[in-house]
Amino acid sequence: MTILTHARHGFAAATLLGLGLAVSTPSQALPIDECIAPADPGGGWDFTCRSVGKLLLDLELVDSPVQVTNMPGGVGAVAFANVAGNRSDDSDLIVATSTVGMTQIAQGKYPGDADTMRWLAMLGTDVGVILVDDESEYESLDQLLDTMVNDPDSLAMAGSSGAGGWDHIRALMLAKKAGMPADQISSVRWVQFDGGGPAVTQMMGGHVDVVSTDLGEIAGFIESGDVRVLAVLSDEPLPEPFAGLPTAVSQGYDVTGYNWRGFYTGGDVSDEDYSAMVETLATLYESDEWKDVAQQNGLVPLWRGGEAFNDFVRESIGDVEEISREIGVME
Amino acid sequence: MDILAYLAQGFVVATEPQHLMLALIGCALGTLIGALPGLGPVNGVALMIPLTFNFSLSPTAALILLVSIYYGCMYGGRISSILLNIPGDEPAMMTTLDGYPMALKGRGGEALGLSGVASFVGATVATIGLTLFAPLLVGFAIRFGPAEYFALFMLAFATIGGVTSGSLSKSFVAACLGLLLGTVGIDAVSSVPRFTFGWFEIYDGIDFIVALVGLFAISECLVFLEDIRHSNKPTMKLGSAIPGMRTAWRCVPTITRSSFVGFIAGVLPGAGAALGSFLSYTLEKRWLGRRGDFGNGDPRGVAAPEAGNNAAAGGALIPMLSLGIPGSGTTAILLALLLSMNITPGPLLFQQQPEMVWGLVAALFIGNLMLLVLNIPLVGLFARVLRAPGWFLMPMVVMVAFVGVYSLSNSAFDLYMMLGFGVLGYVLRKLEIPTVPVVLGLLLGGQMEYNLRRAMAISGGDWDILWNSGISVGIYAFAITLISAGLVYGWLVRQRRINAG
Repeated sequence: MTILTHARHGFAAATLLGLGLAVSTPSQALPIDECIAPADPGGGWDFTCRSVGKLLLDLELVDSPVQVTNMPGGVGAVAFANVAGNRSDDSDLIVATSTVGMTQIAQGKYPGDADTMRWLAMLGTDVGVILVDDESEYESLDQLLDTMVNDPDSLAMAGSSGAGGWDHIRALMLAKKAGMPADQISSVRWVQFDGGGPAVTQMMGGHVDVVSTDLGEIAGFIESGDVRVLAVLSDEPLPEPFAGLPTAVSQGYDVTGYNWRGFYTGGDVSDEDYSAMVETLATLYESDEWKDVAQQNGLVPLWRGGEAFNDFVRESIGDVEEISREIGVME
Repeated sequence: MDILAYLAQGFVVATEPQHLMLALIGCALGTLIGALPGLGPVNGVALMIPLTFNFSLSPTAALILLVSIYYGCMYGGRISSILLNIPGDEPAMMTTLDGYPMALKGRGGEALGLSGVASFVGATVATIGLTLFAPLLVGFAIRFGPAEYFALFMLAFATIGGVTSGSLSKSFVAACLGLLLGTVGIDAVSSVPRFTFGWFEIYDGIDFIVALVGLFAISECLVFLEDIRHSNKPTMKLGSAIPGMRTAWRCVPTITRSSFVGFIAGVLPGAGAALGSFLSYTLEKRWLGRRGDFGNGDPRGVAAPEAGNNAAAGGALIPMLSLGIPGSGTTAILLALLLSMNITPGPLLFQQQPEMVWGLVAALFIGNLMLLVLNIPLVGLFARVLRAPGWFLMPMVVMVAFVGVYSLSNSAFDLYMMLGFGVLGYVLRKLEIPTVPVVLGLLLGGQMEYNLRRAMAISGGDWDILWNSGISVGIYAFAITLISAGLVYGWLVRQRRINAG
């Protein structure tokens, strides 16, 4: 009886061990099997992971569905710390990020800097817009900036980031170009809402005057004509259906404000695995399917990958750091 | 007339066999997910999104499935509230206040049946509201700026003393504790971390689901562990599932009022189902005054929050569909799904995608009916939960709590925090301090603060903005009337007693 029980236990243990081994064997053949979205389901990073994960499977670049893990906290800091601490050499993992995450790094809000991670690629970008209500007194960017410079107290601006966040910085960059003295920049009222959509509806309700946010989130309001776009913060005019919207550059203010979407992986991933991951993402970027998905979501497909992306991220971090100091959101 | 024609067309879409099947699956699954503590509509809907991709469902089909789960969760949340005193999700929290006492009195079946009917009426009222008044209500909702939201939250906190039947000062202490916990995390306005001690895990604040599960489920287990040494829990009788005619009749006005209150709370983006069920309960309690026996198992105390939270869930679809702004975590996920399927919710959705919108509305009517039919006969099945011995039930609850909380953010930190809240909940219970206001403070306090500060940012620091609009003044007047009416009524009753004595 005792022997039999022992045998049974031994068998159970062996089975468990076997299962454990089977589960923990890393898949060598394919480079990506998990995508961390450093936010709750429903946000931009979550969308980036889910849409790219789905396309990787559709295009047969992976042979099993890419698992999307939501790891919210600290505007991406929790996921950043987690990957840096526990999974820095996990070559199956990608983490979604964007200009917002990069801004956090530049302002020293992540536990680490750009060197902590290996930057894979950006696949597309959202574009900043400056909007007023369709019945607003402001007909042009000139008019708006004129008021901002001469009477900064009279305006309430809103966006989806807090003070010093990307939406705020983009708007202040414009004010600076329009000649606002540095010591007045803090007198522009900034109201934070939980997203571009809420900010726009608050503007439609007459509670704030101007909104600075990303185009993708609020495209529906532009199409319906409820809002007036004073400036798009891109180098070139956007593709249809937004081709008619004026850029800030064309109105004489040399300011661009993109919000790119891309991925990083752990800092200790080998060169070989890193190149394989970049290559997978490049194949995805080249597909027509990605172009469709990007366009449907108000993103402009834009590729920077591998070392070029690495350099770009470092450069941008330097820029944001500089601007943050200049406009006084960072010491 | 147009609306009816559209709706008829919607029913054609919704009654396609595949859509009916999906609605049924969604309703059943949603009820189950909602009933499990720690798993709520947010998890349920998020878990289903990959599935909708894998089966390449059409946008309409995917939305019908997810919305059925959403509605199902709202039904399911009440089950564990009533039977175990553990809310399945945060809008179901208010249902514990009278649902569990009813179950203790052997009227658990009646509470389940009645809350099922109340949920049905609330959801139906909201769906009819969505059908007829969506464009009108959008116009109303955008008039709510930060100052008006602040007034609304003030109204909520003005009635917080009425949440529980215990001492007013203890409710107040509990609410303050919740407000205090609500300040933890990165301040969204200035991006400065508050009370985070360098822990990134709490940079986004304390997750109220973690707090809810800890305060209710874990502390319930601790209390159970203590009790088991002294005495056995009396076996509860379930009683009839069909509420008596008199009880049902008495609940009709309550359900009607609560459905309306919940619906309005749902339509306002950012207020959500929790505020809907909370206001429904406290306003009803104030309204009934001494005619009610809230907190001791009054059937109306079960009907009010259930009608309220289901109406709010339906109402929340209005800003999501017609403005593209989510009123809650769940609608945020639904919104992301729509976006990823090339549908931009917003002012033009009703014109651009009439089949989808009206198919969805029709599916809501059908799903709601399914839920009622599913839920009433299932009362008997749920009842088995009560007969399950504690040594089996409580470990199950703990297991589901751990899995549910871990699934939120995949972090072990949240599990420790849940246990911490469990111990806190246990201590509070020993001190007879109610735990419901703690969660309410945590849930509503942050929004109240942000809206106050947004209002201040808009006005440049001028406090006048708070009472500058008719809406705010109306809300403040209502709050003051409620409180003073309660005081005057109490005084009158006392006078009469003195005269009689």
